[in-house]
Order: sequence, then C-alpha cells, then structure tokens
Amino acid sequence: MLGDMLNKYLDTNLTMDVLRQSCDESIHHNQKIWSGLLDQGTHTILIPEEYGGAGLSMLHSEVVSEMLGNHIAPVSYLTNAVLAPLAIQHAATDAQKDKLLPEIVSGKVIYGVGLTDVVANRENSSLEVKAGKVTGTSMFVIGGQHADKLILASPGTFILVDSMAEGVAIEALSTVDKTRDFAVVKLNDTPCEVLGAQGSSTEAIEIVLNAARISIAADSLGAAEAMFKKALAYSRERFQFDRPIGSFQSIKHILAEMVTDLEPCRSLVWYAAYAFDEVEDEVTLLACHSKAHVSEVAKNISRATTELHGGMGFTDLLGLHFWFKRIEVNRQLLGGPELQRHIAAAAQGWAPDAITAA
Amino acid sequence: MELNYGPEYDEFRAEVRHFCETEGKKTQSGAMRMGEHRPSAEAVDWQGKLIEAGYTARTIPKEYGGFGGEPDIVKSLIIQEEFVATSTRAGIQNQGISMLVPTLLEVGTEEQKLKYIKPTINGEMIWAQGYSEPGSGSDLASLKTKAVVDGNNFVINGQKIWTSSAQFADMCFILVRTEPEAPKHHGISYLLMPMDSEGLDVKPLVTMTGEAFFNEMFLTDVTIPITNIVGQRGEGWRVANTTLKYERGMLGNPGMSATGIRGVADLMRDETISGVRAIDMPIYRDRLLKLQGRSLANKYHGLRLLSNEINKEGFGVEALIVKLSATYLAHEIYSLAVDVMGEFGTLYDGSIYQRRKDWMRQYLGSFMGIIGGGTSQIQKNVISERGLGLPREPLVRLDQNGWDFLKKI
Repeated sequence: MLGDMLNKYLDTNLTMDVLRQSCDESIHHNQKIWSGLLDQGTHTILIPEEYGGAGLSMLHSEVVSEMLGNHIAPVSYLTNAVLAPLAIQHAATDAQKDKLLPEIVSGKVIYGVGLTDVVANRENSSLEVKAGKVTGTSMFVIGGQHADKLILASPGTFILVDSMAEGVAIEALSTVDKTRDFAVVKLNDTPCEVLGAQGSSTEAIEIVLNAARISIAADSLGAAEAMFKKALAYSRERFQFDRPIGSFQSIKHILAEMVTDLEPCRSLVWYAAYAFDEVEDEVTLLACHSKAHVSEVAKNISRATTELHGGMGFTDLLGLHFWFKRIEVNRQLLGGPELQRHIAAAAQGWAPDAITAA
Repeated sequence: MELNYGPEYDEFRAEVRHFCETEGKKTQSGAMRMGEHRPSAEAVDWQGKLIEAGYTARTIPKEYGGFGGEPDIVKSLIIQEEFVATSTRAGIQNQGISMLVPTLLEVGTEEQKLKYIKPTINGEMIWAQGYSEPGSGSDLASLKTKAVVDGNNFVINGQKIWTSSAQFADMCFILVRTEPEAPKHHGISYLLMPMDSEGLDVKPLVTMTGEAFFNEMFLTDVTIPITNIVGQRGEGWRVANTTLKYERGMLGNPGMSATGIRGVADLMRDETISGVRAIDMPIYRDRLLKLQGRSLANKYHGLRLLSNEINKEGFGVEALIVKLSATYLAHEIYSLAVDVMGEFGTLYDGSIYQRRKDWMRQYLGSFMGIIGGGTSQIQKNVISERGLGLPREPLVRLDQNGWDFLKKI
C-alpha cells in the first residue's frame, strides 16, 4: 500500500519532463518531489516513535527505495531517511538522539553522508579528529552538494559537521548519473561533534553500511524493473519485418531471461531487508549478496533493454540512459560486486577480514 | 592457416619497430574517436607517411593511391603488434576507409575506383553512411527513401537516421528504393551522394554519451548524376551487404580489444584500493585475464580470416561471428575499467578526480558497436541462417491489434 501510494504520487509528479529538467539543471535533490515524500512521512519510517518517527521496519523502507529507484527519483532519501537516522540511532548518545532525530522528522534538515573511505579508500583520504575539531578529506559524500549537515565516517568513528561551519570546503563530483549528487568534503580545523564516543562506532558503521547495501540494491531492483517493463512494452510496439519484434524468439527469450533473473532478486532483497531487523547473524552476508547480485542482474537488464530498443535506446531522446546510469552508479556506490562478494566471503570466515586483502 | 615467422620477418619487425620509435614518436598517439570530427591536418599528414611506408592501405593497388603490397599475413600481424606495443598512433579508421573502399574495390567501376579511393584512404574525403531510417532499422530492406530517374539524374526524397559523420562528411553512400514494384530486397540501389547537394538537411542526434556523433538526414529533391550508382539498379542490397561484411570486420577489429586490455592492465597497476593495487587483487585480475583470453582468441581469429581471404577460401561462419563477439568483448573490457575505479569510474565531469582515461565514455559508447551495423540479435540471425544454414523464421504479417491473426506473405 505504501508502495502503491508512492507510485501514484511519482507517476503524477515525476514525469519524464520533470526528470529531464532536474537532470539538465543538475537539481539532484528535487525539493518539490521531496516535499511530497515528507507529506507521506516516508522519511521517518526508520525513526522510532519516541522521537516522532513512524518506527517501521527496513522492509517498509525497502519498498520506498525500490519505488524511488523505479522512478529514478532525484531526492536524497538514502541519506536522510536511511543512513543519517541509523547512524544517529546506533552511534549517538541519548542527548544527541533527542536533538537530531526529531530534527530529521521535522523535515527541515538535509543530510549528506560519507562512507566511501571506510569501504574502499582510493585517495588515501582520512579524517583527524582532535578536541572537537576535524581536519582531513572525505571522498564521495552522498548528497554532499546540497546538505545542511554531514555525517562522515572514519574507521571506528562517525562525526557530525555543519556544512556551513568554518573550514568546510565542498567540491561537487559530477557522475554520469544526474539524479543524485556527490561531493568531496575538505575540512580544515572544522568544529565537529563525534556521534557517541570516538572509536566506539565500528558496529554502527557496519549496520549503516548494511542498510546502505540493502537500500541501494532495492533502488537498482526498482530501476531494473522499470527498464524491463520498457523493454517489454517496446517489444510489443515496435514493428520490423511486418511484425512486432516481440514475436521473434530472439527477443522473447531475452525478455524471458530478464524476468527469470529479476524475480529472485526481489525475493533476495526483501529477505535481506527482513533480516536487517530480525536475523542479525545473516545481515552482512545477505546485504552484500543483495548488492552484488542485483548489481549484476540490473547491469545485464539495462544493457539488454538498451540493446533491444536498437538505435533509439542509445539516444538521449528516449531517456532510457537515465535508468542505465543510475544502475551503473548504484553498482559502484560503496563497493562494486567484487568487493561485496569479498566482504560476504569474509563474513563467513572464507577470506581474510580486510576488505581489500589480496 | 600458415603462420611461419622466418628470419626474413625479423628484419621486417626491426624496420617497423624503428619506424614506430622514430617517426611514431613525432606524432601524438591519441586516437581519434570515430565519427567525432574530420581528421586533423596532422592526422592526414601521418596517414600519408603510413601509406608511404606500407603500414596502412597496404594491399590497395598503387594506381588507387595505396601501397600496393602483396597480402602477407605475418607482416600484417607484425605491424599490428609493433604499433600496439609502442603505443604508436594507428592510421585513420573511418567508414570510408573500412567500408566504402573495399566495396568499391569489389564492385565499383574503374572510374569510381580512380576517383574516390585515393582521397578517401588519404583521409581527405570523408563519407557518411546513409542506411537506417526511422521505420527501417533491423529490417533495413524495408527502407522507403526513394530515388526516381529524371533524365541523367536521380532525384532522392526521404529521411535517414543514424547517419554518422553527416555533419562534416564530403560524400554519403546511401541506400534508396529505385524499383518500388520489385520485392523489397530487389528494389534498392546504392548511390554515392555529395553532401553539399541542395535539399539536404542534417540535424544532430544526441546519444547517451551526451554527444552527437550521429544525425538525422532529411532529403528533399536531392539531385545527383545517374552515374553515381555502385552496381546495377535494384542490386543495392547485394552491394550493401558487401559493405556490411566490411562493417562487421571494422566493428569486430581485434586490434581494438588488444589496446583496451593493455589500457585496463595499466590502469590496474596504477589504481589502489585501500592501499592494494587492483592488479594484485585476484577478484579483479581474474576478470582481466578472462577478457585477455577472449581478446587473444579474437586476435588470432582475425589472422585466420586474413589467411582465408588471401588464400581465397571465402567467408564462412567464422567471418560472421566477429562483430557479435568483439563488440560484447569491448563492452566488458570498458566495464571492468569502470568497476576497478569504483565510484571514481562513474565521474563524467573532467575534474581532477576523473584522473584516468575516459573509460566511462568508452563504456557508454560501446553500445554503438553492439547496436550499430545490425544489432547483436540480427547478427545471431545472420550467423544461424547464413552461417549455419538454419531455416529462417516463417514470413508472416502480424496485425498490431490481433496478434493471433497471421497472414502469410
């Protein structure tokens, strides 16, 4: 029902024209669409009732992520409704929770979240926190360009920084996917607040990363389903050789393969979302496999859908590429399939612990 | 297939290596992306040197502006290997050189060969390809753009799409319907049309890379001499298939994947993930090695085809597979490069963080190979029907509103 309501809202409000305009003008967080989501309360799903939230489960949030991926919505649901609330809930002190969680519920604060450096550090970037000040760099901060507040991870620690604070420099990173934004955050002796105690958030970071993996997998699942439906519709509409191309086995079988790959993905992601709240022991394994497997399936579906549309699939005109690019960025975000599978192996004692151990 | 390296080839290899290390170093190695713009004056100059040395247009007869060399598979291999090994700028690759020239050599008149081949291989005459139409993509033979004879001229009307290079081309090889009464494959002619003709309107077509390599082309009473036909009237489909054979060869060019593998290997030596080089991580290295295996298979397959051609053994199924195989391979090579870079591989802004080669653009652009020149699905039909002798699917007309109602045609 949550999904249906959201679907209806996005169908009406996030038309191809609105999406294209958002992308062309690099409006990565469409405030108009976001306020609709705020009205429906989707941003409070994971926030406990005692802080004014809906106190629902990851499975509910998964439905939203999937729907937003389906419509490739240019809004920062991932950071505001998933990553920031969970980081605060699992790392912050009670006093911090009392202040920060109701603030998110109010819808007045937009968060950017930096996790990349604790997953796969490619720039030797690090954050040095001393006496309430932070110096250093956080790469690929999700939603960093338009954020009011930033939650940044370094090994064992989450810090909270006001994006307008002294010594903050935010550089935009522009990817192929224009529906989301990313930034490099550079901090120089910037006032910051540690969530909880310094060095005590290793577990909280793992929880937030698992939530990210499941939510990104859900986003790709939704986007892949949208592409599949477009492929299916086009194969009925497009006539060549005096017949719909979908009447050729070469096309039929592609669609059959797509749906055969896609449907079990849905089951995997749904179970991972359920496990997030209910089956603690299996979360890392399932979250990593969800992200890795859905990334692979979504990549194949987005390639095949582009291909199936022939030349038109390759044009800007049709706009299929917006979905293709969202899926591609999801694939890379917070570690691609190889890294996810490595972490899954480590979670079972099948590989050395370190993510990147050779 | 014979691939003997004798001592006489050591000398040839040394000569090519010397050329690459002396002349080659004087020119920048940056390859031009196909369809992007006209070759620069420098590229044309370099092309002249390559033809003179016999490293490109090697077997094209001297009277048509080529080097006039005897076909020699080992020498072709050595040239390709040395150019890749020394990262030397290769010769110009465009549709005129790779598609039209071999077609003219096979079916053109002597006059056409003398007029067009030399400036084309020199890189001075650029050709657009006027094949696809909005309603005629995979079913190319259903094309509707028509040409009627008016005195000594053809008068052309219609619309083309995916006309690559049309925005700067001098000429266009175009398929038109000249015999509307004939069955669809027998009513087409292959014409050579100057791009400065009156009545031509070219509009850029933006693709998923954000660039406009392709165009839509509208033709209104475009008039060209009746002598600008390749082959006979109504034989255009056969001529076009000659060209498509070469397009498959061009899009399946094995040298491209070798360059890609080398580039990804270099990237993986540079790129570190939390302090570990990607090349030292089995999770990525195994993917690279799998792709290298496919690339090497394609490379030697290319030589086998060359050997068949030289020995007049004709084209069989082994020639039909190259485009299908090489275009997916290229897509996967570029995809690995993006994966190795992770989030940084998705950057598309030219910022300092997008510090390595523009792999994302190549990854997106690789759809041109997969879709263009007959999609992978069409390739599979060609392979199974023409290559393996399997029967075609029955010809039926399916009603858009009642699919169960089949009419035999």
